[in-house]
Amino acid sequence: MTDQRLEVLISVLLRTGVIGAAAVVLLGGICFLSRHGGEQPAYHAFHGTPQTYRTIPGVIHAAGTTDCQAVIQLGLLLLILTPVARVAFSLGGFALERDGTYVALTFLVLGILICSLAWH
Amino acid sequence: MTNLEFTPLVFGLSAVAGFLGALTGLGGGVVVTPALTLLLGVDIRYAIGASLVSVIATSSGAASAYVREGYSNIRIGMFLEIATTLGALFGAYLATRTPTSILSVIFGLVLLQAAWQSSRGHPRGEKIQKTDPLAERFKLNGSYPSPDGPCNYQVDHVKTGFSLMFGAGTLSGLLGIGSGALKVIAMDQAMHVPFKVSTTTSNFMIGVTAAASAGIYLSRGYIEPGLAMPVMLGVLAGSILGARQLIGAKVRVLRWVFAGVVGVMAIEMIFSGVKGKL
Repeated sequence: MTDQRLEVLISVLLRTGVIGAAAVVLLGGICFLSRHGGEQPAYHAFHGTPQTYRTIPGVIHAAGTTDCQAVIQLGLLLLILTPVARVAFSLGGFALERDGTYVALTFLVLGILICSLAWH
Repeated sequence: MTNLEFTPLVFGLSAVAGFLGALTGLGGGVVVTPALTLLLGVDIRYAIGASLVSVIATSSGAASAYVREGYSNIRIGMFLEIATTLGALFGAYLATRTPTSILSVIFGLVLLQAAWQSSRGHPRGEKIQKTDPLAERFKLNGSYPSPDGPCNYQVDHVKTGFSLMFGAGTLSGLLGIGSGALKVIAMDQAMHVPFKVSTTTSNFMIGVTAAASAGIYLSRGYIEPGLAMPVMLGVLAGSILGARQLIGAKVRVLRWVFAGVVGVMAIEMIFSGVKGKL
């Protein structure tokens, strides 16, 4: 494993993540508009999204019940996880390069990201 | 207005923001939030949630092209991401405790800086070939492709760059923007990283920085699917189109127009904040 090869693989990973996420968001969006197209959006006052849409297990569960907004949220989660996957991937790459310093640094970044996603 | 009317309107606005953001190099996120709040009356917390998500999309999309070209330095990126992600956590935490009127004023000030920078273009500092022992310790020095073969560069002032990156991460988490401009300043001006390497590495880092605050935004209910959907798809579509445009003489005119629009938005955001309208 060299830095060059790692960079090419990261580039493929990022593109796949963004395209996949956009496709899921689009699908959820079409579903959302077909069911709730006639309703009034209420974004001028902040209430916060329902609890279901605030956690990873909640979103996955609701998306399984063909809740359109949950499908959009699932796509957005895929998007948020794309850079996280990139960091995890780099961790593997640095390990194969036997670069102890960067394995430790990357592990730290990954830890910070996981802390944020586990935040309640 | 119904969702069927609101969604295409938001998509169109976001596409224009993404297009201009890609052409001028400022990123779409910085204009999406003021456009949503000032023109459509969206609460600033929903707006920054949607904008943050779109920032991840454009950064990852663009980074996938830049990484391949061999300009971005993944070691500088990873090293500085420790500072930007910690800053982003701190910023997102602050965002949940800061009154929206103050958020609006801070946003306006950041926009003013962006307008000023957009009208000036990027400054080219003299690169002094000096290196910091920390840069060698963390293998930050690198090389980039040039017509005359690989060009080597040395990295300086690692601690200053690291601290500036914490600040860039904080602003990103606080306002839901990529804060690419500040990241470039930290690398290009403070650490003496070549400009092209700074911009591509900054783009590479924006996604990871934004992902760090996205978790907090999600759990606080800032990421509203019905709004984030057209914003993310619009900014992404606009920025892909913008990145394909050739950089020509017209960009200079566009920079001035963009600087003007951003300047007006900045003043409106500050006024709205002061009057407590948002």
